[in-house]
Amino acid sequence: MGTRTPPPFERFLDENGAMVMRFLVAAVGPEQADDAYQETFLSALRAYPRVRDDGRLDRWILRIASRTAIDHHRARARRPEPRATVPDRPLAGPEPPDGALRAAVAALPPKQRAAVALRHLLDRPYPEIAQILGCSEEAARANVRAGLATLRERVS
Amino acid sequence: MNSTDLRTMVSAADARARARAADELVRAAADRDGLIDVAIGTVASPIGELFVAVSPKGLACIGFDDQDRASLEDRFAGALSPRVVASARATDDVRRQLDEYFGGARRRFELTVDHRLMSPFVRKVMAQTARVPYGEVSTYGAVATGIHHPDAARAVGAALGSNPIPIVLPCHRIIGASGGLTGYAGGLHRKEFLLRLEGDPTLFPG
Repeated sequence: MGTRTPPPFERFLDENGAMVMRFLVAAVGPEQADDAYQETFLSALRAYPRVRDDGRLDRWILRIASRTAIDHHRARARRPEPRATVPDRPLAGPEPPDGALRAAVAALPPKQRAAVALRHLLDRPYPEIAQILGCSEEAARANVRAGLATLRERVS
Repeated sequence: MNSTDLRTMVSAADARARARAADELVRAAADRDGLIDVAIGTVASPIGELFVAVSPKGLACIGFDDQDRASLEDRFAGALSPRVVASARATDDVRRQLDEYFGGARRRFELTVDHRLMSPFVRKVMAQTARVPYGEVSTYGAVATGIHHPDAARAVGAALGSNPIPIVLPCHRIIGASGGLTGYAGGLHRKEFLLRLEGDPTLFPG
């Protein structure tokens, strides 16, 4: 049914890397994004020889990235290590205008956070978000709605 | 708060730059964990940048810079494995030996070869070709005779033209019976360069 060997991994990395990184910076935060990125693509590389290219490998990699993001939160919750906050902007100067939004996004439950990033950062339609997160379309909508409501409440 | 705020919080341009840097971490970890089936890299040379591919079985391919890399990579993905990943470490031995060869310090390569990109006939032709030593040449007809297909000089020519590992499998040392260079997949100027480098005095008198 038109499925075939996936493209050379370097091309797959080149075509999907920016999208996956954008998702992960939102879903796990800038400090954890590089680690999660590495984990995501290594998991993909492990499974890569068995993967059939159905033309939508971007969904496949986002599914792995979402799972990685949610696992990251679980791992941190189990073993909360004190971590110096590394500012991702120059030290001097005023608080960045999106600082409050960053904090509010970071405080969302992991699944809501992933769902909001898929919908409002990557513009994915709900049926796809459901597939990526492994839930019903209903649940995908509910997660986005709840996440956005919390963000609106915390960031005026 | 709206979705525009979210988009500006993580811009596509920042994500792209950050991804390109993190790709290096992915490649290093892939190499460390033995997840690379086809390591690719480039080697600078006097006949243009060479594109090399190495599998755990050995050197699989050398491409010239005017060949289409994307289609070479597609070929690796289909015939070897889609786990095609850039690795300077895994291609380093090939790089070093090619550097020595082009510097005149190496007359034979000590590299294992992955034959999977060759048909059985091409493999036979290459084995015969590999008997022609550095600095010498042979003819299509002689190679055909050597593999016991004396009438197959044309097929030998085609097989040499499809050599996936030029330079290391020395198809450049096979020339026409009249002494003309005849043909080379990488272009006659490259064939001439390699033969001059190897210094066959009878070929280029004066």
